[in-house]
Amino acid sequence: MTEQKDRELYRWLRLIREFEDRISALDKQGKLMGGVYSGKGQEAVTVGFCHDLRWNDWIFPLHRDLGAYLVKGADPKRLMAQIFGKRDGFAKGKDSYLHGGDLSNGIFGATSMLAATLPVAVGMAYKFKIRKEDRVAIAFFGEGASSRGDVHEAMNFAGVHKLPVIFVCENNFYAYSTPNELQFGVDDVAIRAAGYGFKGEVASGNDLHDVMKAAGKAIDRARKGDGPTLVECKTYRYHGHSEHDRAADYRSEEEVITWESRDPIFLWENYLDKRKYDIGAIRVETSAEVKRIVEEAVAFAEASPSPEGPEAMEDLYAMPIDTEAR
Amino acid sequence: MLVTYIEAIRQAMDEELARDGNVLLMGEDVGVLGGAFKASAGLQEKHGVDRVVDMPISESLIVGAGVGLAVQGMRPILEIQFIDFISCGFDQIVNTAATLRYRHGGQTACPIVIRGPSGGGVHGGLYHSQNPEAWFCHVPGLKVVAPATAYDAKGLLKSAIRDDDPVIYFEHKFLYRRIKEEIPAEEYLVPIGKAALRKEGRDLTVITYGSPVHAVMKAARDMAAEVDIEVIDLRTLLPIDWATVKASARKTGKVLIVHEARLTGGIGGEVAARIAQDCFEDLDGPVMRLGARDVHTPFAPAMEEYVLPNQEKITEAIRKLAAY
Repeated sequence: MTEQKDRELYRWLRLIREFEDRISALDKQGKLMGGVYSGKGQEAVTVGFCHDLRWNDWIFPLHRDLGAYLVKGADPKRLMAQIFGKRDGFAKGKDSYLHGGDLSNGIFGATSMLAATLPVAVGMAYKFKIRKEDRVAIAFFGEGASSRGDVHEAMNFAGVHKLPVIFVCENNFYAYSTPNELQFGVDDVAIRAAGYGFKGEVASGNDLHDVMKAAGKAIDRARKGDGPTLVECKTYRYHGHSEHDRAADYRSEEEVITWESRDPIFLWENYLDKRKYDIGAIRVETSAEVKRIVEEAVAFAEASPSPEGPEAMEDLYAMPIDTEAR
Repeated sequence: MLVTYIEAIRQAMDEELARDGNVLLMGEDVGVLGGAFKASAGLQEKHGVDRVVDMPISESLIVGAGVGLAVQGMRPILEIQFIDFISCGFDQIVNTAATLRYRHGGQTACPIVIRGPSGGGVHGGLYHSQNPEAWFCHVPGLKVVAPATAYDAKGLLKSAIRDDDPVIYFEHKFLYRRIKEEIPAEEYLVPIGKAALRKEGRDLTVITYGSPVHAVMKAARDMAAEVDIEVIDLRTLLPIDWATVKASARKTGKVLIVHEARLTGGIGGEVAARIAQDCFEDLDGPVMRLGARDVHTPFAPAMEEYVLPNQEKITEAIRKLAAY
């Protein structure tokens, strides 16, 4: 990879981390409403899968894939306004966090019914196929969501029609508090792909190189018409399920420390250092830049108007009906 | 031309598939077989395997995939083989499709139609007789239609396909081949959101929809000498055409609501409450309801007959209301 790309990837990792940290701080300050689901620690997965996508490819992020929004092209200001529940957010204040997608950038909003986006991604990929469009759809889901029927239904159909879709399982080892051994009887979610007639792969989700290698192969396969891939990225969330969950009741401090030693940013900095870049200067420069972007986003979101009550009645129907008129 | 209710449905899909290349039909066995009831007979041969798509037994997928297609500007018709199975796609309907536009702040529409055979009277038993329309009438963002005639079956389905919102289209399997009607050879649409005044009358109003419309019309004709009945066919259940409902309630002062779905939690309760509140001073009797008994729709003929509304029960209910 070129130095420029190496540094660009670093910048994305750092921007997402800064965004996540700032949101956690805002939440602690009581400035945010509702649930906040930090993806801190999982940045390499979304950077790796979204970075080389084209503008007209689509992603279906899961509830903690804030980073995917940024890399795929969402305006940080509008994303922050979305999280604040303001009128400039993608949902115009009608729903929280990542439930409002940015459709003009190919980012579909999730519901709280985890994995429910997989059938939607598959439907979209079906359109790409029948219209012979050189586009792919990427559906992210957690290992917890892999227990749901929608995952099976979506993968089964994608296998039948060899659709240009990639299923990315972000395995962070806990579904809220439930560890993997209480979730499924296999070691790797990826092996389930065999049951649907396509390839499953395991990647080290904190190692951006490994993620990009898997992503590159899967995206290439999809574009060539060779069908779907299930990529399982083993990763870890530093925070609890939500910011209200300390996670201390169900996982040990040692475990968290072990994973912190495999931090995706730390690993990438080591790599930059090995390539003899001036990591000290890069770090300082990047810090200043991402801080500025995030602070601008916060300022924008804070200044964005809160929606008025009656705005709740807007955007329900595309074709309203006047049922009082005869 | 003289067509059956199911032929009207087939024609609507055929015409819309031909008119708009973005229209697709997806469902279980809709292709070579032409659907379990032959609603899509010949359509795959005519419009191609990419556009008339045999789906696995995966209702959640069928609806979810429909949403993905809709976001891409396609207009999928999603057949649920028996409407009873719609429960397996319930989450995708109420949480993905119905919320799509709202939670994206108006960035997109969701032009999908979910259609399938509903209703009893054919000894289908518990899982092939249900009338689950009320489940969906509680969900904002959806539109719900239930045609009673071949004319409406065609015109409403064509409107549903062209509508930019998710429409659930309850066709009644009892009517598929039992009713025939002259319909225009040229294209027409029936608007969503408008009830049909099936018969004018002075003495009392019967509000109904779906299969019971025909029994109510028969009652209105048979009982003409004793009571002059006005018949309203709602056709659209979400949202309901309140203007037509209230105008008729005010005119006759007596209202009976008849539906095949069971009484508790049914649409009739909503209609009755609204009339009681808005038309109280015009009423000459209680707003009455007739629906199925509060039990599953049983298999054995005598039990099914006992549970569902029929001609006799409708006549009896009309007499009781007329006596006030």
